[in-house]
Amino acid sequence: MTEPVVQIRDLRFARGNRLIFDGVNLDIHAGCVTAIMGPSGTGKTTLLKLIGGQLRPLSGSIRVNGEEVPSLGRHDLYRMRKQLGMLFQSGALLTDINVFENVAYPIREHTRLPEALVRDLVLMKLEAVGLRGAAGLMPSELSGGMARRVALARAIALDPMMVLYDEPFTGQDPISMGVLVKLIRELNDALYMTSVVVSHDVAETSAIADYAYLLSNGKVVDHGEPAALRESESRWSQQFLKALPDGPVAFHYPAAPFYDDLMQGG
Amino acid sequence: MTLMLDAIQQLGRATLDFFERLGRGHLFLMQVLVSVPATLLRPRLVLRQMHSVGVLTLLIIVVSGLFVGMVMGLQGYNTLVDFGAEDSLGVLVALSLVRELGPVVTALLFAGRAGSALSAEIGLMKATEQLSGMEMMAVDPVRRVIAPRFLSAFLSMPLLAAIFSAIGVYGGWFIGVSLLGVDDGAFWSQMQDKVDLHGDVYNGVIKSVVFGFVVGWIALFEGYDAVPTAEGVSRATTQTVVHSALAVLGLDFVLTALMFGD
Repeated sequence: MTEPVVQIRDLRFARGNRLIFDGVNLDIHAGCVTAIMGPSGTGKTTLLKLIGGQLRPLSGSIRVNGEEVPSLGRHDLYRMRKQLGMLFQSGALLTDINVFENVAYPIREHTRLPEALVRDLVLMKLEAVGLRGAAGLMPSELSGGMARRVALARAIALDPMMVLYDEPFTGQDPISMGVLVKLIRELNDALYMTSVVVSHDVAETSAIADYAYLLSNGKVVDHGEPAALRESESRWSQQFLKALPDGPVAFHYPAAPFYDDLMQGG
Repeated sequence: MTLMLDAIQQLGRATLDFFERLGRGHLFLMQVLVSVPATLLRPRLVLRQMHSVGVLTLLIIVVSGLFVGMVMGLQGYNTLVDFGAEDSLGVLVALSLVRELGPVVTALLFAGRAGSALSAEIGLMKATEQLSGMEMMAVDPVRRVIAPRFLSAFLSMPLLAAIFSAIGVYGGWFIGVSLLGVDDGAFWSQMQDKVDLHGDVYNGVIKSVVFGFVVGWIALFEGYDAVPTAEGVSRATTQTVVHSALAVLGLDFVLTALMFGD
């Protein structure tokens, strides 16, 4: 396997008194689609924000392309982010400009290319996600799936070395989901990018991932190729990947004994 | 005893929260001010914001200025006529508008119309991850979004206050001269004689510049610091209007005392 683009070691991060990550180690390799899966609330999105330098950890190391992200200054952080694309769960499109301008936005902000070339680049990116015909629409006129594809076109506008996908399949109909699954894999291979897909949609994510990490309770509980993970002996992995209602993650939220609770009412 | 301890604890927490927020507000202002020179290099961003912040506020400013001036004309005439001093109506209307009502009422109206809109816009951009998205695109949202809006508020306020005062003077003239029979020549000549460019007009401009700075800062900080939920944005919008109004009225007293208090 290739050298890791992202290397995380002994990562600890807390929100208030709640410890989100407690000693997470993971590697993301160049050219691969790496899935980070886990139940809601395990901090998957937080992990992407830590990789992108939007949050700082309590301790531990996050290296992107050999650079220690938490210790980067503002200037260097912005320089590093130019090599990253991020697809937000909500799309995060700028609502006061149309689809074309949204995709052109990072190109205009970071380059001095002539307008004709900007137009060609934007149309190429929109063509790649199948939305060249929607260039003149406003974000409010797009469906959820279309908005995410526009956001994807914007994320790859500057040909980044790595794209971070935050729950790309959530709330999508089967067709949109199929389109997104295909796009993530094809763009990764065609542009020789590195992709990090954070998701709890096991089937879709496993279908395109080269490697997967399972997170729970602030730790990596299992990792490996998706096919190998399905055969894992870990009870937690089995429960999560096969969507079993009970197991190490209990069906019941912790509570006092049921009998005692009932008797308290008299 | 426990109740008292709880009350003291709550007071302490509220005080700490207040000072923490005040600190964040000042750090935010520093960030904005540092970003201003870079923003000046992209005047199109500022001009676009001046349209939405300034031009779209024009209607309420013009209409309010006209009515305030008309009321000043009516009230002033009724008082002055008792002393046979109705020829001084122009001075009364102009000084009241240029020194006080122009900057203050414009700032209050600006906070209600443009300030609340700025807070809601920035708050919603935060709630929909647009600001976060910009950061991840290596675009500084303070430089790209906040600073142009701050500059536009800062530059629009004195212009709007000037328009308010000018329209108000015409409102007072319409009531005093056209309807109540004050002498036209006396109205304008006394105004020209008694209203001092340095002492009155410039001080009025300084007030509106200060109000533009403060209202822009409050509106943008409230939006930027809003809890990214519907309730959070709603609270930020309300707080913008309330805090701006209090700041404008408080600062007006301080500035008036400094300028005219001798």
